[in-house]
Amino acid sequence: MSHSLVVQLNLLLAALILLSSFALLMQRRMFAILHIFAWQGFFLGVSTAIIGYASGVHHLYLSALLTLAMKVLLLPYILYKLILKLKIRREIENMVNVPATMMIGIALVIFSYHLTEPIRQLSVLMTRATLAVALATVMLGMLMMVTRSHAVSQIIGFLAMENGLFFAATSATYGMPMVVELGVALDLLIVAFIFGIFFFHINTTFDSLDVDQMAKLKETD
Amino acid sequence: MTALDITGFSILLLLGGAIACPLLARRERLLIPVAFTLAALASGGVILSGFLTLSQGLNSAATIPLGLPGLPFNVRLDPLAGFFLVVIGLVSLFVSIYSIGYVRGYLGQRPVTPLVAFYLLFLAGMLLVIVADDAYLFLVAWELMAAASYFLVMFEDERAENRRAAFLYLLVAHVGALAILLAFGVMAGVATGYERFDGYTFDAMRGAHLSPGWSTAAFFLAFFGFAAKAGVIPLHVWLPEAHPAAPSNVSALMSGAMLKTSIYGMIRVGFDLLGEFPWWWGGIVLIFGLLSAVLGVLYALMQHDLKRLLAYHSVENIGIILIGLGLSMIFTSFHFPALAALALVAALYHTLNHALFKGLLFMGAGAVIQATGERNMEEMGGLIHPLPWTSALFLVGCVSISGLPPFNGFVSEWLTFQAFLLSPALPQPLLRLLFPLGAALLALTGALAATCFVKAFGVTFLGAQRGHRKVEHVREVGPAMRLGMTLAAVSCLALGVLPTYAVGLLDRIPRQLMGGHIGAVAGRFGWLWLTPASAERASYSGPLVFCVISAVVAVTYLLLHVRGASIRRAPLWDCGFEKITPRMQYTATAFAMPIRRVLGFLFDIREQVELISPVNHPVMADHIRYRLRIRDRIWGWLYAPQAKAAFWIARQVGRLQQGRIQIYLLYSFVTLIVLLAFLG
Amino acid sequence: MSLHPLFIELLQVALLIALAPAFAGWVKIVKCRLQGRTSPGILQPYRDIRRLFIKDVVLAQNASWIFRFTPYLIFGVTVLAGGIIPLISTDLPLADTADIIALVMLFVIIRFFTALAGMDIGTAFGGMGSSREMMVSALAEPAMLMAVFTVSLASSSTSLTRMVVVMSQGEFVIRPSLAFALMAFILVALAETGRIPVDNPDTHLELTMIHEAMILEYSGQHLALMEWAGMMKLTLFFALGIAAFVPWGIAAGGQPLALLMGAVLLILKLLLGGVIMVLIETGLAKMRIFRVPEYLGSAFLLATLGMIAFFILE
Repeated sequence: MSHSLVVQLNLLLAALILLSSFALLMQRRMFAILHIFAWQGFFLGVSTAIIGYASGVHHLYLSALLTLAMKVLLLPYILYKLILKLKIRREIENMVNVPATMMIGIALVIFSYHLTEPIRQLSVLMTRATLAVALATVMLGMLMMVTRSHAVSQIIGFLAMENGLFFAATSATYGMPMVVELGVALDLLIVAFIFGIFFFHINTTFDSLDVDQMAKLKETD
Repeated sequence: MTALDITGFSILLLLGGAIACPLLARRERLLIPVAFTLAALASGGVILSGFLTLSQGLNSAATIPLGLPGLPFNVRLDPLAGFFLVVIGLVSLFVSIYSIGYVRGYLGQRPVTPLVAFYLLFLAGMLLVIVADDAYLFLVAWELMAAASYFLVMFEDERAENRRAAFLYLLVAHVGALAILLAFGVMAGVATGYERFDGYTFDAMRGAHLSPGWSTAAFFLAFFGFAAKAGVIPLHVWLPEAHPAAPSNVSALMSGAMLKTSIYGMIRVGFDLLGEFPWWWGGIVLIFGLLSAVLGVLYALMQHDLKRLLAYHSVENIGIILIGLGLSMIFTSFHFPALAALALVAALYHTLNHALFKGLLFMGAGAVIQATGERNMEEMGGLIHPLPWTSALFLVGCVSISGLPPFNGFVSEWLTFQAFLLSPALPQPLLRLLFPLGAALLALTGALAATCFVKAFGVTFLGAQRGHRKVEHVREVGPAMRLGMTLAAVSCLALGVLPTYAVGLLDRIPRQLMGGHIGAVAGRFGWLWLTPASAERASYSGPLVFCVISAVVAVTYLLLHVRGASIRRAPLWDCGFEKITPRMQYTATAFAMPIRRVLGFLFDIREQVELISPVNHPVMADHIRYRLRIRDRIWGWLYAPQAKAAFWIARQVGRLQQGRIQIYLLYSFVTLIVLLAFLG
Repeated sequence: MSLHPLFIELLQVALLIALAPAFAGWVKIVKCRLQGRTSPGILQPYRDIRRLFIKDVVLAQNASWIFRFTPYLIFGVTVLAGGIIPLISTDLPLADTADIIALVMLFVIIRFFTALAGMDIGTAFGGMGSSREMMVSALAEPAMLMAVFTVSLASSSTSLTRMVVVMSQGEFVIRPSLAFALMAFILVALAETGRIPVDNPDTHLELTMIHEAMILEYSGQHLALMEWAGMMKLTLFFALGIAAFVPWGIAAGGQPLALLMGAVLLILKLLLGGVIMVLIETGLAKMRIFRVPEYLGSAFLLATLGMIAFFILE
């Protein structure tokens, strides 16, 4: 594998990660969102492994393995079980104006490209071009949390943000120290469990997981 | 006789004709052909002088000792002015020939002498604006143009809506003129340090060195003023009111020629008088151009009055011209003269094309309105049968404005796209990303324009007669009108099929203004191919497209008609329903409905459907009442608050008028005391 | 021994005219197989066209010259487009007549006049078809242009022959921008050629017609020309996609052997492309008309992502 081929593969995977972020923004069905999130985790893991191979930073292999285990297998499985238990099988939610969301998404990508311009000029790493994609993924994850009205989709948005941050770490500095990685992974697992508990509570109180229902909590009218 | 002499003679001819009109006021039947032939001759002269200037790259100036003492008029004829003379001259030539037949339709209803006289004055004013070389003559000519066109718009003044439209037009025109005056004031003041008077000439302004703050102020004041006259969003509100109110030959001239004088003003101030500018000026021009283009065509799609539809399309096309100008300014500020030349040529070509096909469309609309007495498209239909010539020529106009090959609209839009696609050359990465999005908006505009003209042509001319009123006795219009329209249509085709000649001529202007040119590249493969940037990059051959399509059509037709198969005529296919009526066709409102659903969030739309059923039956309806109201949001956001504020201020000032004599005596007394206190 | 470019041009156009119905027949065969029916055979479109040519033309009483002229114009423009897109060779004298933007506008001529013909008769069907078709095309234009532009970035030219030369003779680079542009192009092509999920080419129910509604009144040789032009347009869209994204195999000159290879490869690619399109068509359901803007919006999004990916990543 020549060096430039590795870089090209990395760029291709970055593009696929960006595509999956947009697909998450636009998708309405619960199970489809889970699948896309799993794919995003897969692309992320493979990309980390490739960077680990090309740069010789070997602990990235462990990170890749961890990512694949957590984000492709474990987290989607937990959420899938949650969805089944809460009996929200095929819920299709109403979304705020899909075309407007897409336009805002494109604007965010352009904005993050503009933001990372100085870093791109200074960095000597081969992954400098993908930093913009990573930042865009974070912002698109946040956009997903803002535009969705179902609790599970908001969780996925949060997890997508974390994906973006992880990708940014590998792009900017060839990964975080292993201790930090393990800590973050553990935090994610705990978050998943806590959200599960909260979902049960919300479901029992409001009989649905539509977070717009929380507007009933307002004191004044 | 130099080109400048010919121009001067033509203008004098027009002014003299205007003054002499009242002499023939009793013999209006004679006045019309004489006056409009005079206008046509003057237009021909102006076309000749403009063409000479362009082809030889002349640059002649003169000083006319009229005007105030110490402030004579200066005139200059350089390639930019020459080009705009050709544009205005062509449109006015065709429209003047057309008017010989059109204005005759007004005989007997009202006196036409004012129409004729002000028409000549209007034309003279526009030509004077183009050749003016100092701020004084420019503004005098600008006012002449505005005042003459006000009277023309007010021609049918017994209707309140025409009076209101004319007033709105005058108001916006004067706000714009004020801004232009201030812009010239800034430039002239800085040129002479506010010491002397001779800063008012354009030469002085060219030599002045303005600080960035002052030059920004001057440019944006001038841009605001010219944009108000050109109908750029959000200053476009007068256009859809004034154009339908005016007689159609005047609308053709206003849309085809007058809007172009504003473009001339922008180019003159931006490129010639100011010269150096930062890239964000061009960015702002580009954004306003994109806004006007998209919103203009969307508003046009919602209209069912034929002339209002065409007026909104003028807004759209001015937007496209501004897009080219903005691109050119951005490329100039980054010092890419060749790319800037391409964008400028695209903008100028579109100026010429728009003048021609919009003139043609308005002339056609005028013919239809005069033949049927109806302006509402919803009442028309099937007019292709009684009006074969008009419909065919209107179709040429529709095809041109939609930007379809091999007509002229396509060439200028193509050149604009090529200018957009040169974005990778820019040093700023953000701009590199944003340019293609602008190109996508331009593509959307073009596609929506095609939709709008399918609607306009289809609802007006095709199908069967919609509506309740019986439109009988529709006869084809007279030879003069047909000749004017045919000439315009032929020039549309010529400019589409032979673009290399036009681009070669246009090339002088960027050479004069920014030092870049595309002529050497554009015609490198001979007159057949237009290669604006380089032959590998892109090329287009108008003549070949035209020839190949015609050849294949001819061959297919001949092959198929050799058999001599018969063509049977039969009634419409009605699915066995048998009760099909023309009322069941798609109307203009219905045609635009899908787009209204998708993009309607940009307007203030209220739709109401009411089922009126007898005896309160839940399902069977006696008839259905449908109400649709579409309003321009800009009225509510921009104009209504300002109007309210203006009225409020006026009311407060009006408190000064109390009516009682003691109060007025009190005012004089107080003024006296104040003056004594301060000057004593 | 290399053939004269003019001869190659004529050969290519003749190939297009002759083989387009066969391609339509192939699509039908695959579709029928997938749906468990017996197909009518690959020669059926030829039989249909021949039958239509023999029949008389029946015109509505108020049909104007536009109605009669449109089929010829459509056929002529489609033939011109066929002469411009490099099918088997890039050595075409007409190739420089129009670049890809002009090519897109040539297709707009076809839509414009078909829509006018639809409105000419004065029935509700025609107006409905024209109105919907213009809406779909208006929203497809920006997406098409973005996809085209993204493709042109790699070769810094909008001329199709240049794109083919750069792609097929340059080194092989994985370009995510082209992958996005390809996806966007497929979505837009489905909309422009009137296939599921945008429009159903086999239906005559008024709720589901777009393209069929506009040509409902045509009969005899006029209908034959319109149908033939429709089949050629489908083939041309495939050829455009092949030329822009997978151009390997298109001959660079006029050697007869290279031309033969080019033709064989083209047919193979078309067969494969047809299978893929039928898989998409059978797998999806036709969308309601007001979902089409979302669909075209995602096509625009994909194309824009491709363009952004080019500038950011390449």
